[in-house]
Amino acid sequence: MTAIYKRELRSYFNSMLGYVFAAAVTLVLGLFFTIYNLRGGHPYFAFSLSGTIMIFAFAVPLLTMKSMAEERRSRTDQMLLTYPVSVAGVILGKFFAMLTVFVIPMLISCLCPLVIAKGGGGSYLIDYSTIFLFLFLGAMFISVGMYVSSLTESQLIAAVAGMVVLLLMLLWDTLVSFIPPTVAASAVGFLILFALAALIFARSAGHPAVGIAIFGAGAIFTILCGAMASRWFATALTSFLGMFSVYGPVSNFVSNYVFDVKGLLYYCVMTAVFLFLTVQSVQRCQYR
Amino acid sequence: MIEVTDLVKRYGSHTVLDHLSFTVNDGQIYGFLGPNGAGKSTTMNILTGYIGMTEGSVTINGHDLLEEPDAVRRSIGYLPEQPPLYTDMTPQEYLSFAAELKRLPRAERADAVDQVMELTQLTSMRNRLIRNLSKGYRQRVGLAQAILGFPEVIILDEPTVGLDPRQIIEIRSLIRSLAEKHTVILSSHILSEVQEVCDHILILHHGRLVADGTPEELESSLRDNTLDITLRTSDECAVRGLLAGIGGISYSELAPSRDGYRVTVYPEGDADLREPVFRACAAAGLPLLGMQFRAAGLEQVFLKLVTDEDLPRQDPSAESPADISPDSGGTTDAEPAAEASEQTATETETDAAEKEGSEA
Repeated sequence: MTAIYKRELRSYFNSMLGYVFAAAVTLVLGLFFTIYNLRGGHPYFAFSLSGTIMIFAFAVPLLTMKSMAEERRSRTDQMLLTYPVSVAGVILGKFFAMLTVFVIPMLISCLCPLVIAKGGGGSYLIDYSTIFLFLFLGAMFISVGMYVSSLTESQLIAAVAGMVVLLLMLLWDTLVSFIPPTVAASAVGFLILFALAALIFARSAGHPAVGIAIFGAGAIFTILCGAMASRWFATALTSFLGMFSVYGPVSNFVSNYVFDVKGLLYYCVMTAVFLFLTVQSVQRCQYR
Repeated sequence: MIEVTDLVKRYGSHTVLDHLSFTVNDGQIYGFLGPNGAGKSTTMNILTGYIGMTEGSVTINGHDLLEEPDAVRRSIGYLPEQPPLYTDMTPQEYLSFAAELKRLPRAERADAVDQVMELTQLTSMRNRLIRNLSKGYRQRVGLAQAILGFPEVIILDEPTVGLDPRQIIEIRSLIRSLAEKHTVILSSHILSEVQEVCDHILILHHGRLVADGTPEELESSLRDNTLDITLRTSDECAVRGLLAGIGGISYSELAPSRDGYRVTVYPEGDADLREPVFRACAAAGLPLLGMQFRAAGLEQVFLKLVTDEDLPRQDPSAESPADISPDSGGTTDAEPAAEASEQTATETETDAAEKEGSEA
């Protein structure tokens, strides 16, 4: 893993991509800091940082696009996969290399709260805890981008698809709010979710009976809940989907001044899930 | 030792490898020979664990590929068809990275890298970016990473492709020297290369093993005993009389030549007619200028095997590895076979030209 980490990190700074990413993100952070904090007089850097979140949805896929796609295109994966290294080791090495590149502008942004404090006011606690949260958010974005990159040989497709996925994740709350809070909508939504789960498990287990069992149990659960607790059930789907909000933890940190441990954990779990999916995706290509 | 049993690889309904079985003994050079698309690279990719198999089993030095992939990978060095190079690195950096990945002890890494660079004559290019190297040098960097740490089994997919004739000779002698301590498997569609370098040849066609043996075994198994004789005489009757006196001749063809008569003698069955012909000529006082078997050379074996469209599947349990029946050959008049033959003939011509080039 260390060998891969060192190689990847060196590659980011040999190809300029690392410098360009760090410079671009620092520039945007600096602009937002100047506009909101220095000119606008907002006391917290956390507010400016949360305003740049969309920029990360565009910048991170540019960082991750080549991670897996380029290996497949140039056939260097033939080296990695035939050497005595585990696929997980390769993926983690690459992940931490990208995370290191991501950390650079974050470290630079640590100066901003000091500048605010110099002028009086501000809150180290809110600002640094938000920067801390953004490291976890960045890690999650990187794992998503890397997973998308592992699905294709084209860097361009990896970048565009990564941006779309991250945008959808950021807009999750808005998308969920489109679902009407009615029993019918909840029932349909849950049935679709159970059907998807049934499909995934049936395919991975290689047995349709597993899928039928999951969907059957889900359908019974939906009907029972709909009949017995109709008021609670009307908003059950939106509350359930709302738990996966990506922006939620950020707004807790920035607007509610709450150190949202649950949010941090959620980012960690999502990162682990997408890293796991990346490993699976590479192994599936290998043993297709 | 490598044992491959009933290896099958399918992509959907397309079968790339069809029940391939063979054994590779230690300390020898094995050559996979076959036309393009015969399944050589697929077999190598499976042996090295890069792609999975659909059915079958592969055991390398007693380790099962699926159960102990790490142990297998540790004992293998692999040069794929397209060398897996990071073009933003120099050969020195790349090979150091490879040494670290191969988990060579830290203290030995630098020496190991220097050693393989010297063997593949890369030392003068050690600090240039791989991106700026020529195809031949890139191939050598690929070869260097494969032999780095000197794994027990070295698998090379078309190792001399893209090299100039002088480099080809150097790399071949390097491969020969490696075989003193290691098992080497290489693939090629260049006959002369396999013939020159390998101790043992496996001929693949349409994902099946169609022949397996030493170059000599393969040649002798398909040799027919038709004799070409040249006699110094202008008397056709004397030649006919001579031939009539020799038993075991099925039929013969006569053609006048500059030296006298050129005779092609077809024996009955597998009879070796060299001695009877010699004695008859001596008794008749006819000077015998030349006598040789007509068919020889691996080229004929290869052509005969790969131009046949309806190949019988070789029984993996067959006792003799070089058991090739001449009847299984493809000198039929079937149109598809003829077409394939034409294609392979062109390839063989190119190969012959390449051989000439390399010998120049």
